[in-house]
Amino acid sequence: MAKQEAAPTWKDLEIGFIVTEPGNASQYRTGDWRSQKPTYEFKKCIKCGACYICCPEGCIKQNAEGYFEADMYYCKGCGICAKECPAGVITMVEEAG
Amino acid sequence: MATRVGIEVSIAISEAVKLANADVVAAYPITPQTHIVEHLAELVANGELNAEFVPVESEHSAMSACLGSAAAGARTFTATAGQGLELMHEVLYVASSMRLPIVMAVANRALSAPISIWGDHSDVMAVRDTGWIQIFTENGQEVVDNVLCAFRIAEDRRVLLPVMIHLDGFHLTHMIEPITFPEQEEVDRFIPPNDYPLPLDPSKPVAMGGFGPPSIYTETKWAQEINLRAAKDVVLEVWNEFGNTFGRNYSPVENYRCDGCRVLLLTMGSFSETAMVAVDKMKNEGKDVGLLKLRLWRPFPFNEIRQAVRNAEVVIVLDRALSFGGPGGPVCSEIRAALYQQEKKPKVIGFVGGLGGRDISVAGFEEIVKRGIEISETGSSQEFEIFGVRE
Repeated sequence: MAKQEAAPTWKDLEIGFIVTEPGNASQYRTGDWRSQKPTYEFKKCIKCGACYICCPEGCIKQNAEGYFEADMYYCKGCGICAKECPAGVITMVEEAG
Repeated sequence: MATRVGIEVSIAISEAVKLANADVVAAYPITPQTHIVEHLAELVANGELNAEFVPVESEHSAMSACLGSAAAGARTFTATAGQGLELMHEVLYVASSMRLPIVMAVANRALSAPISIWGDHSDVMAVRDTGWIQIFTENGQEVVDNVLCAFRIAEDRRVLLPVMIHLDGFHLTHMIEPITFPEQEEVDRFIPPNDYPLPLDPSKPVAMGGFGPPSIYTETKWAQEINLRAAKDVVLEVWNEFGNTFGRNYSPVENYRCDGCRVLLLTMGSFSETAMVAVDKMKNEGKDVGLLKLRLWRPFPFNEIRQAVRNAEVVIVLDRALSFGGPGGPVCSEIRAALYQQEKKPKVIGFVGGLGGRDISVAGFEEIVKRGIEISETGSSQEFEIFGVRE
């Protein structure tokens, strides 16, 4: 199962629930598993990429200014990036509501 | 022109699998199923069957290899028994859920402990809810015929489900019987080439066995349930065509001298043969009793059962398995469930017997019928009685 956006009925499913569209796991919004989200104080960032290397989801990318930032569509809020950051850039905070 | 030969039933199954032109056999030997896979290995080794024989390290691996084989679109066969079927257990669900057409002969055997290599239906009942089509047979000819039908049913595009053919361990597997084999060309016409619609194919990739979160799991299971229930029509269609082609007819619930009977005995598997002799004897003595034989175990033939017992007052069910601490034998409790909502229904009296290879003779069936009628008149504080236990 990859698509979260549609709500297929039992009649819409492929036989044996076979996935016929390779690579569609990228459409799966793992971000909605999150209870905490990373916040950034980019002024402390040394752009070492430790967070990028340690992220188990592989969802951290460098933005236009060269800072590393999680893609919130996929970030599960595990907090490993905050724990590993040597410069204390990342703080995990509760998701609102 | 068909050939009639005297042959051990296990060997006959292997010959049927050869006639069906299986592509892959992945199996692990276990008594009383061993001769089936031994002979298949021999057929492959001698070049008589052009198939891949995968000797695996366990039944869990056997069924897993079958998944891969069926998923690749290969015609797939395996066989097992007793503890082996239980070791396959979790993979059986995967086969049916992924809609993989696998055919498996199950040489019904009791479960440990104590260790018993002999026959009963404990192994079947433990896999009752795995989503497989399940067919019972009572003699060697029926096994051969139904193995051929099973490939046709399993691979039908409207079905695409695995099929178990049940035959009693030793009582059938190790018997030498006269069996009629159809010609290769006739079988080729009856079973078209396997054409699995979404096989594993690098040029058109698919993913099988993905995960199903709460948002979709219910839909997948309902689709599977609807599919298994609908498969009954195809089972009937295939049996019908088999009958028209080869002259031997099968149906979900078979009647033996039931017309106008007030009392009906119901059995499954090879014990039905002895029960028929017992019914003949009792009829000759003027007794009012007929025999129902339940062939299609899954999907359960609710309407056929209701129809078959509509004029009866007492139905005496023999189970060859215990449901420990439960409502009696699994077959009996399902018959009761099928009839519960009916306005007019017979009393359903349950017996459990024939456990771990213990035989029930003609006299035994006479005793079961006599005691069943007694219980129907006096009532009983027990859900079922066990037949032949030493007190």
